[in-house]
Amino acid sequence: MEAHMKPTPIKARFLTPGVLVLILLAVNGIAFLVGRFFFGIGAVTNLNDQYPWGLWIAVDVAAGVALAAGGFTTAALGHVMHREEYHAIIRPALLTAMLGYTFVAVGVCVDIGRWYFVWHPLIMWNGSSALFEVGICVMIYMTVLYIEFIPIITERFIGKVNFPGILGKLNRPLDRLLRVLDRGLNTTMFVFIIAGVVLSTLHQSSLGTLMVIAGAKMHPLWFTPILPLLFLLSAIAVGFPMVIFESTLAARSFKLKPETEILGKLGGMVAPILGVYLAFKLGDMFIRETFVYLAELNTASVMWTIEVVVGVVIPLRMFLSPSVLRSPALTFTAATLVVFGVALNRINNFIIAYDPPYDLQAYFPSIGEISVTVGFIALLTLMYRAYVMIFPVISVPEDRPAIQAKYAIRSEKS
Amino acid sequence: MKLPSRRAFLKTAAVAGGTVAGLNATAKAAPKNVLSPERNGVLVDTTVCIGCRSCEYACRIAHDLPSPPLETYGDKTVFNEMRRPDSGALTVVNRYDNPKKADLPYFVKAQCMHCDHPACVSACIVGAFSKQENGSVIWDTDMCIGCRYCMVACPFQIPSFEYDKAIQPEIRKCDFCISRTSENKLPACVDVCPVEALTFGPREEIIRIAKQRLTTYGDRYVHHVYGEYDAGGTGWVYLAGRDFADLKFPKLGTSPAPGVSEAIQHGIFAYFVPPVLLYAILGAIMWMTKTRNEEA
Repeated sequence: MEAHMKPTPIKARFLTPGVLVLILLAVNGIAFLVGRFFFGIGAVTNLNDQYPWGLWIAVDVAAGVALAAGGFTTAALGHVMHREEYHAIIRPALLTAMLGYTFVAVGVCVDIGRWYFVWHPLIMWNGSSALFEVGICVMIYMTVLYIEFIPIITERFIGKVNFPGILGKLNRPLDRLLRVLDRGLNTTMFVFIIAGVVLSTLHQSSLGTLMVIAGAKMHPLWFTPILPLLFLLSAIAVGFPMVIFESTLAARSFKLKPETEILGKLGGMVAPILGVYLAFKLGDMFIRETFVYLAELNTASVMWTIEVVVGVVIPLRMFLSPSVLRSPALTFTAATLVVFGVALNRINNFIIAYDPPYDLQAYFPSIGEISVTVGFIALLTLMYRAYVMIFPVISVPEDRPAIQAKYAIRSEKS
Repeated sequence: MKLPSRRAFLKTAAVAGGTVAGLNATAKAAPKNVLSPERNGVLVDTTVCIGCRSCEYACRIAHDLPSPPLETYGDKTVFNEMRRPDSGALTVVNRYDNPKKADLPYFVKAQCMHCDHPACVSACIVGAFSKQENGSVIWDTDMCIGCRYCMVACPFQIPSFEYDKAIQPEIRKCDFCISRTSENKLPACVDVCPVEALTFGPREEIIRIAKQRLTTYGDRYVHHVYGEYDAGGTGWVYLAGRDFADLKFPKLGTSPAPGVSEAIQHGIFAYFVPPVLLYAILGAIMWMTKTRNEEA
């Protein structure tokens, strides 16, 4: 049934009214970025000595890493467990992860004071630092993601490298390089795929360890020694919903038929994972008896309730219902709620839960911080659009007349 | 993706495993974190301090930080608001009411506590912080990347960052005057203090002095040497005339500041066994499902 689906570059107009809005948002973000690099972090953010980490770390980095989890969860499902029926969604998820991690890296460079020393952790090691582990794993995993993407590039360009003019001299060597890469990776790719899954489980959990050291400053509703486990479980739980979310949006944007059947089946696997996450989260709450803090009415209790009820309980109930899984719109809604819930969880952990002992001035993200974050999301969306139009990422039925898949030299199935 | 033969699979997997194992052999780099029995400390007796703020002035001068003229330090209005050490002042003095004698308020000097088990040393991504043999917790500008995780980690909210600098912003905090102490001079603040509210010496010695004061002048103090065991022990320890919570000292318990984070971190990475094991299991699943698919 899905066998005749083939990844193909999408033919569409790049510029649409929506794309123009995204370009404007991206330009606005870049303008504030220029300010940050010329006048310092203080010039565009509301960060201070009480709140050293803010929106950029919470959203661009922590939520960004979590929402890129679709890459390793689909790789585990499709490549490690060989569930061939899911192959159509692996490439879009891989692209999301690759772009997501790229923006995480860029986001880190923007947030750290000395961006030109971002490579220091490669040679200066501190094994007891959770941040060191996150940093190293993210750097290696990003490389792995790029390697995993190479076959898509070779598939697109082998026999088609055709630079005009003086650059034409490069055509032959480039083509040979692509072929060597293609052949080499064909036999070794499984190493990178497993490494990608291992690296992901490591740094997704270590991202939770990050705030453990700030224990005394953390609100008890979120602080627990099992934070790494909760971060890992929530990352796994958000993987498939993120794929559903992004595939549905891409299909709508390009007016393609959404892969309802695959996405529905994918949705069917969300509920058990989300259930395990919820069980650990609530179990931990009851063991540490932190539910007493829900009786107080304050920002923390409200945010916790929204995060768990809207972001976990409601989508969990929805994904358990067969009628939801049959409806693309409802599946999309439930997936969006999970994405929202996990993103909010990261914001809660890194901003809301962080309560410094000497709170001289409260923190709320500045216009500049919000602009940069929104700008990055816009830029990521634009790049996704460009990539799926250049490279064979999204699978479409082979018999569509407009898209001759003559350059897809290999079939997807082994 | 095409899967390789069983033999190639094992071969490549072995190479990958070996690489990871090789990493382990070199993964010994760690920041200097010594807990010498001779390490120094300072006893801050907040019942003695008169709030003259000479220490703030001396600290700025010793660290080449811009300072207003010495005469302005007599201005008592600065005490109306709570202040914290920042990138322009590595130590500050705050005033708190004395419920027993309203005209004799308490003054509390704040600076880096120079923990025995510093959270910043444990947290720093590149190991730019170190605990020196003489007790100082210091920061190395050549390594720092400006990520500010030390600020997140520090339970006393001490490290400060130069938010207004685009190039080479620094993390600033009290360095226990390591350049002065290495020349056998007292830390600037201890040296200048006109009422001897600060006592510098080997940590064991100053804790002995603190306890002696507690027994000799029992009603002058609350019976607690803050920092003897708090946060796993700190280099700077405090005596006070009223409850430490009222003087806005964080209540931290007696376990070391890095808490369980190091235990978790080392548990996940116990000699790289868990990651390598996970790798092997995933490889096995990949191989088995492949074989099953081929037979089907």
